[in-house]
Amino acid sequence: MEGSFSSPRTDSFPAGLRVLVVDDDLAWLRILEKMLKKCSYEVTTCCLAREALDLLRERKDGFDIVISDVNMPDMDGFKLLEHVGLEMDLPVIMMSVDGETSRVMRGVQHGACDYLLKPIRMKELRNIWQHVFRKRIHEVRDIEGQECMEEFQMMRHGSELSDEWHSFSGGELNSGKKRKDVENKYDDKDFGDPSSAKKARVVWTVDLHQKFVRAVNQIGFDICRNLSGFQLFSYHLLEGDDFHLCLAEVGPKKILDLMSVPWLTRENVASHLQKYRLYLSRLPKDNDLKAAFGVVKQLDLSSQDSHGSLGLQNSLNTQQTDAASGIYGISGNKPITQNANPKFCEGDLKGIVSVPLIESKKATIHDIPDPPKASSSRTGPNHTFGPLEPDVKYGRFDSPVRKQYSWCDVPQIQFKQEHKVNLQIENGFNHLPSVSSRPFTREREKPGYMDIKPPYTKCSNQQIRQAIPIGSGANSFHVQSENPVTSFQAAEPTLSATTWSMKNHGLSQIFINNMEAAQRNLVLGSNSGFASMDGDLLACLLQGDRCPTNVELLNKESLNHNSQDLFAETPAYVYDAQRFDYEYPLETMEYPVIDQGLFIV
Amino acid sequence: MERNQSHRQVANMRKALFDQRYLDEQFVQLEELQDDVNPNFVEEIVTLFYRDSTRLILNIEQALEKSSLDFSKLDTYMHQLKGKTTSIGAIRVKNECTQFADYCNAGNGEGCKRTFQQLKKEYSTLKKKLETYFQFARQIGPVETACRSSY
Repeated sequence: MEGSFSSPRTDSFPAGLRVLVVDDDLAWLRILEKMLKKCSYEVTTCCLAREALDLLRERKDGFDIVISDVNMPDMDGFKLLEHVGLEMDLPVIMMSVDGETSRVMRGVQHGACDYLLKPIRMKELRNIWQHVFRKRIHEVRDIEGQECMEEFQMMRHGSELSDEWHSFSGGELNSGKKRKDVENKYDDKDFGDPSSAKKARVVWTVDLHQKFVRAVNQIGFDICRNLSGFQLFSYHLLEGDDFHLCLAEVGPKKILDLMSVPWLTRENVASHLQKYRLYLSRLPKDNDLKAAFGVVKQLDLSSQDSHGSLGLQNSLNTQQTDAASGIYGISGNKPITQNANPKFCEGDLKGIVSVPLIESKKATIHDIPDPPKASSSRTGPNHTFGPLEPDVKYGRFDSPVRKQYSWCDVPQIQFKQEHKVNLQIENGFNHLPSVSSRPFTREREKPGYMDIKPPYTKCSNQQIRQAIPIGSGANSFHVQSENPVTSFQAAEPTLSATTWSMKNHGLSQIFINNMEAAQRNLVLGSNSGFASMDGDLLACLLQGDRCPTNVELLNKESLNHNSQDLFAETPAYVYDAQRFDYEYPLETMEYPVIDQGLFIV
Repeated sequence: MERNQSHRQVANMRKALFDQRYLDEQFVQLEELQDDVNPNFVEEIVTLFYRDSTRLILNIEQALEKSSLDFSKLDTYMHQLKGKTTSIGAIRVKNECTQFADYCNAGNGEGCKRTFQQLKKEYSTLKKKLETYFQFARQIGPVETACRSSY
């Protein structure tokens, strides 16, 4: 059924629960269908993961829960899982004949709410409604929590970040009163029927998500700007993998205000933020990609030439293949040194770290090698963003990479210092996993690239956005030479080391979400051009580690700037939009910021 | 009388399948799912199983004929097949799958081939038995599976 969740159900919950079963094994598909029907559930079956995703997207709010097999020919079950979780935020149950601990763990890591072993008994299916119910309840709680946190953040804004963070994570929200209010508000809702607790879902289109990202980045950037380099640095050190630098600072209300979307509520933003954070937090911690943050270093483009050498590095994807990295090679457009643009230190760039979006070990960015295709991508959202597949490419981001977020470096960034930054790109980037994003040193120099405009620079320097052409082929990644990002190729997953080097540079870095980077990578891989990364990135980001759509898929996609496909891969909420607007250059930038901020420890 | 005899015959056949460990509890589950809406549910599933797995068996066969074996691929195939066997409770075939997977992991090509032969045998034996069983079962009309628990 389409429409909002509150589609009428004559039966009492959980009867009528709308289940989507995905399994390439026809016998099991039939069995499960029969079993679920016997439980009075409403069943839809699908033997292809792709089909299932299409179906889910078509009928937003048309399903309550998804049951999927782990091993499917067209798409890895885990990828599907990620997609679903990010895009639709539905509970997903995984099934397999293989009950090996590592597999089960992987399922859980990817966000599965349960893992069933075949042969499955009907009694196991009878209780799946609990996952739906639980999610509803948690959603409400999260929103409440978000609001509380927001209050807290606002109160603590400006103080030592570390302290703030620690206090925050300590759970010492002093907005007790507010929490109470919020709780009261929810108490009024009728929780008797869990289904009614869910409000109509907001469709997070690419555009909307971009706005969101931009807002978050803006906030995060502002926050970072206010922090001293040391603060940020130490924060980073303390927090390690989890980058929640700006988390505490980024509250839904603020985001909402910045977004200025009249019909959007704070609650919508809060839950979106939550999902995003969850996504990021789910990124695999093993050597696969961790939420690679694409940190876009934004060079203060205050210099006359507005292109700040922005080393956007989206070392999102750990493109393991050199090819990938090659693509990103710095296009050498503008030497960083030109007009006193600060050079990006590679180290810095590392910070950008690619988003581990995809934990794909497979990270084989096949498509990267075809830059030419990318060009077309920039034009439209159609870039085939390398759908989440890129995630795969990112493959090996491990947590250290995460740390890379250049957030740490942020302190160093003195946005104003445009010229002092020395980008030692070479070094830094080498280690970076394939960088998906490209730093744009210039503002729109390449069509299709998202211009990265330093949001904060007083000058009109543009923020360099990671114009990571998401779908566009590697070309897009040509990071302008200034952008150290490009050198990420073959960067080791652990960027961490290098990021710190950034501190010496007064670069304003804009950290791009790894996701974005990852997306970019995806895009890169797919040769899509700049593809509006936003969308893709979003997708990627959203997907978090789920993002990863199959590499194979990505590869295929990349070739056709079929944004649809790409989008398909990208979990992002933006799925609907499927279009990236170049106008949202900030997206990329914002992403990193947000991610970082959003990552809740 | 004759009807009873036929019923008994079918029941015995069924029991034998369980006693001889050709089928396990999963088969019983399928029987329990059978109802007025789907009166031939069990047979449908078995048919689906055999149809679905034919290609897989062929793929494995071809893969085993290669001069240099791709164990990882073989393992993947076998994993898929194993999943399918669980749908009808074909326990003997499933056991062969497990054995095959072990040999794959050990890189034992000969072991794989031997096991595969065994697997095919079990696979087709079960098929015949089930075909016969269903034939008889159809003859006696809708049958309530008796003595489910005691197989």
